[in-house]
Amino acid sequence: MSATQSAGPPATSHVQPLPGVVGTLDNPVADPRLDRVSQNPIFQTLVRERNRYALVLTIAMLVVFLGFIGLIAFDRSLLATKVASTTSLGLVLGIGVILAAFVFTGIYVARANTRFDALAAELTRSLAR
Amino acid sequence: MSRLSAFGGRAALGLLALAPSMALAAGPDLGSVQQQPTNWPAIGMFLFFVLFTLGITYKAAKGTKSAADFYAAGGGISAGTNALAIAGDYMSAASFLGISGLVYTYGFDGLVYSTGFLVGWPIVLFLIAERLRNLGKFTFADVASFRLNQTAIRLISATGTLVVVALYLIAQMVGAGKLIQLLFGMPYLYAVVIVGALMIIYVAFGGMKATTWVQVIKACLLLGGATFMAGAVLYHYDFNPDKLFAAAVQVHPSGDKIMAPSGSPSSPVFSPIDTLSLGIGLMFGTAGLPHILMRFFTVSDAQAARKSVFYATGLIGYFYILTFIIGFGAITFLMNDPNYFKLAAGCTAEAAKAGTCTFDKIKDLIGGAANMPAVNLSAAIGGPYFFGFICAVAFATILAVVAGLTLAGASAVSHDLYAQVFARGRTTEKSEVNISKISAVVIGIVAIGLGYIFETQNVAFMVGLAFSVAASCNFPVLLMSILWRDTTTLGALIGGLVGLIAAVVMVVLSPDVWVKTFGHAEALFPYKNPALFSMPLAFLTIYVVSKLDRTRRAQHERAAFDAQFVRSETGIGADSAHAH
Repeated sequence: MSATQSAGPPATSHVQPLPGVVGTLDNPVADPRLDRVSQNPIFQTLVRERNRYALVLTIAMLVVFLGFIGLIAFDRSLLATKVASTTSLGLVLGIGVILAAFVFTGIYVARANTRFDALAAELTRSLAR
Repeated sequence: MSRLSAFGGRAALGLLALAPSMALAAGPDLGSVQQQPTNWPAIGMFLFFVLFTLGITYKAAKGTKSAADFYAAGGGISAGTNALAIAGDYMSAASFLGISGLVYTYGFDGLVYSTGFLVGWPIVLFLIAERLRNLGKFTFADVASFRLNQTAIRLISATGTLVVVALYLIAQMVGAGKLIQLLFGMPYLYAVVIVGALMIIYVAFGGMKATTWVQVIKACLLLGGATFMAGAVLYHYDFNPDKLFAAAVQVHPSGDKIMAPSGSPSSPVFSPIDTLSLGIGLMFGTAGLPHILMRFFTVSDAQAARKSVFYATGLIGYFYILTFIIGFGAITFLMNDPNYFKLAAGCTAEAAKAGTCTFDKIKDLIGGAANMPAVNLSAAIGGPYFFGFICAVAFATILAVVAGLTLAGASAVSHDLYAQVFARGRTTEKSEVNISKISAVVIGIVAIGLGYIFETQNVAFMVGLAFSVAASCNFPVLLMSILWRDTTTLGALIGGLVGLIAAVVMVVLSPDVWVKTFGHAEALFPYKNPALFSMPLAFLTIYVVSKLDRTRRAQHERAAFDAQFVRSETGIGADSAHAH
């Protein structure tokens, strides 16, 4: 089949090790290996841990940014407070939001490079057995 | 310091009367611009950039054979290269010139854009990047339509993509035309045609490979130039930002007010609701920009996608800190120097310095305070050659962004609309790539035409609208189809449409368009930014319609979620963009 086949349910996909998604709308075919993956305790640990991590960090980013925007919208005088001779709290917080975005992505990537990738490798080994 | 020699003298520049309208969200909105004397150093450096990138395009064209090569550079881009390309795709002239212009005018207020443009990236990383790479192949519609109906979802995704691309492209073309007219002394139409022709060549011949390298080179030039400027400013103040701010407060007409939200009615962050809505639109719009999402298919796997977002966030965040310093540098370096201002007839720079005549430090800045502070600062810091370099970088910046947009638009036409909607999958790889190349040519020609038509129009709202549409159509459809089991085709289709239409209608009825463009007395929608309302509306519609969807197809789609879930979480079974 040509490479123009979609990435969506390619019934005839031959990519390994699990051939894409099972079935099409007209002919849903359950891949027998699917349950082996979704019921695998390593898979469940990986998904639970990573999604919790991503959710907490997403909420943290939202709180930091919307908190900053909220202060701009509703408490301008607080942001005008001086933290040095001229530098205001608002400038420091703004730069802080930029740094926070970088730090949060760094935290996620550090965790993913170690823990999540290790779990994924373990899952692949376990499925190969 | 050679000051304005590069501009060809103050007299010519005196003709420039640009309204300092805050065009930021926006592409460079330069108002009406008078053509300038030809700027040879800038043209020379730009020609060098063009020749170099055309050489790369030639090489890329020889290596571009398969669809995977064309759409995704064969999937062989490394995480570091992709990070630079993402930064090159994302750091537009609007953020370089616009944010520093906003800081020059209002001080603190510029931070809303710097932070808003950046905080979308962690969201992209946590929720989207790895899953996108695991599920998709060339476009984000691949992902959204993974288990849903191909025709319907590709139709809505391609529509969202093309609307975002069109809005963004018009803003960039008009901005490019005016900027180049101003910086290079070239007629508007020439500038628009050159931009259009180059983007067609990059995309149609070199595909994703050429586009990627144009973006990488542009990112390095822009980061290098901005680093030098910010470094020179900080060096002047002993690398003590507090000294820089103190000097800025002394010369700025608003004084110490620039250290906090201005509350000025002309500032884009005037009303609380508008500020929140702007922030929401910038944050989630990033996660729905088709040309950005496409970049995740150029790397080999989810790990590389993840790392590229991390590096890109660092590069883009660093860049926004630089634009902030550059904005303040422009205040301290330019505001006390009458050479950079359009003076009244009979008023000389000497007389202005002596205080016998005055000028408006915001309104009278040469070229306008909305976009030109960074460019004027480059002349003040580095003389005519550095000024020429920064002008060339600004041109290269626009080229890299429009190339990415054109590629995203062409892919939506060929890979989504042609291959899946019209041919229903019955096409060959070769004809799909050919359609894509033809689309790139057509998009380029249409963009030149639109750039010509919109020359005198106010396009300031268009980039903001592009972000709002991305946040209200593309992002909800993508996120819900990946993460929520119960999403059905009907829900995603109607929700995406509602978000798209709501965003566009709200902007049309907003003060920027309904009052400023159509000349009505009062806006029917009171806010400039619709995302706070249109994005939740899209999510709600997807939720409600999917819940009510009791068709047999909907049952199948929910059942198919497990398979999609396994692949999105692990990459097991994921296609590589490599041609097999």
